[in-house]
Amino acid sequence: MTPKQLMNDEEIRRALKRIAHEIVERNAGASLVSLVGIHRRGVPLARRLAAMIAETEHVQVPVGELDIGLYRDDLHSRGPAPILGRTILPELGKRVVVLVDDVLYTGRTIRAALNELSDWGRPSAIQLAVLVDRGHRELPIRADFVGKNIPTAKNERVDVQLSEIDQAQDSVVIVQED
Amino acid sequence: MSSPTTTPRRRHVLDLDDWSADELRSLLTIAAQMKDILARPVKQVPTLRGKIVVNMFWEDSTRTRSSFELAAKALSANVLSLGAKDTSVKKGESLVDTVRTVQALGADYIVMRHGQSGAPYLVAQHFRGSVINGGDGRHAHPSQALLDLFTMHERLGELADKKVVIVGDILHSRVARSNLWALTTMGAKVVVCGPPTLIGPAKYWQSTWPKVEISHSLDHAAEGADVLMALRLQHERMEGGLLPSLREYSRRFGLNATRVASANSNVIVMHPGPMNEGVEIMPDVATGPHSVIETQITNGVAMRMALFYYLATGSEQV
Repeated sequence: MTPKQLMNDEEIRRALKRIAHEIVERNAGASLVSLVGIHRRGVPLARRLAAMIAETEHVQVPVGELDIGLYRDDLHSRGPAPILGRTILPELGKRVVVLVDDVLYTGRTIRAALNELSDWGRPSAIQLAVLVDRGHRELPIRADFVGKNIPTAKNERVDVQLSEIDQAQDSVVIVQED
Repeated sequence: MSSPTTTPRRRHVLDLDDWSADELRSLLTIAAQMKDILARPVKQVPTLRGKIVVNMFWEDSTRTRSSFELAAKALSANVLSLGAKDTSVKKGESLVDTVRTVQALGADYIVMRHGQSGAPYLVAQHFRGSVINGGDGRHAHPSQALLDLFTMHERLGELADKKVVIVGDILHSRVARSNLWALTTMGAKVVVCGPPTLIGPAKYWQSTWPKVEISHSLDHAAEGADVLMALRLQHERMEGGLLPSLREYSRRFGLNATRVASANSNVIVMHPGPMNEGVEIMPDVATGPHSVIETQITNGVAMRMALFYYLATGSEQV
């Protein structure tokens, strides 16, 4: 089946803009906020959100990146050895950390990210921003900021393409898997 | 979301003779990430939580055993270390029986150090989990060569055409042999250096390692080197009549400041330890500005973590 586009670059930009506003609104400004992107596509998304917040709030929000590869609960059933990304985090204490990822699905990635963050420090709060929420949660986890809710079937795959990583125009597509 | 590598999964790490350059490179990348973990406030990740690692060290070793132990613990595994002086071996239990026992205890990984070449292969045949060779006889010491490779790569970048001089008892050294596999695969120019009695016949080198240069003069070999690696001189070599005297060995093949000065200006000096200072390496060189001997130790833990991770992924796939 041919992939079906669900969001184009303009829609992605607007969704992120709205999330940036919501983050600022919820936290009464951005002075205590840190953004942490989950490897890989959460990282450029976090950078974009930081740039948008800087534009309106004139605050440079610290941005970190998190690779949850070593915290996965399915490592032993995956393979062969996935390459790990770097984990580089700003100071977490007394900050509101907004985790950023492209797609929220089972919630297991977020569970791993929460565990990893708590090994690094104790933020005053952790919030979650995702570009797409596709449902099918396997854990009691929900996002605080959602770009778009997309109902999906389990045999479908949601692919997010970002210009920073994919050398293609930004888009969200849905693909049917056999 | 994940970016899997193209190489098939490995179950054991017994030797480096069948590793491709791509596979070695992906291991170097993983080791670098593992090294980051060792610099974190909490030096532990849950990757191997609930798994059991058994160190079977049938030959004495403090350094390698503690390194494997810390690596497994940094990945949250439970670790048990057994030595040949322990009970059952003394009572005459065979290696295979010990492996069966360890398996029944629930081990997922065995790290085997043995005086006999090939022992880890025997273990691998009788064990359902993964085996890492922690050094077997004169045959191989893959984790040491990998941590050496990691250290060289970290300092020098790509190793293609870099001049690496390994000096000492090449003939009896598993460290040298594993390093030869890794280095030649990565395209380094390797020179093995030592007295003829410790290098072996030129015929062997021409037929088995045609790309490796042999030298009997360290003064000559050290010139322009990017890496100078001294091996430990075992005292029994003297007793075996392979060397006239330690003093003569030291004069001709010891790493001293003059020889280091004749190498490349950014040369790194390596030694797998434990050192005989004043014999194969002089104290001022061992602690001098070119020495990466302490880095090798830190990198050893990171590389062994990388090996466990490498073997863990996909281990429950059919």
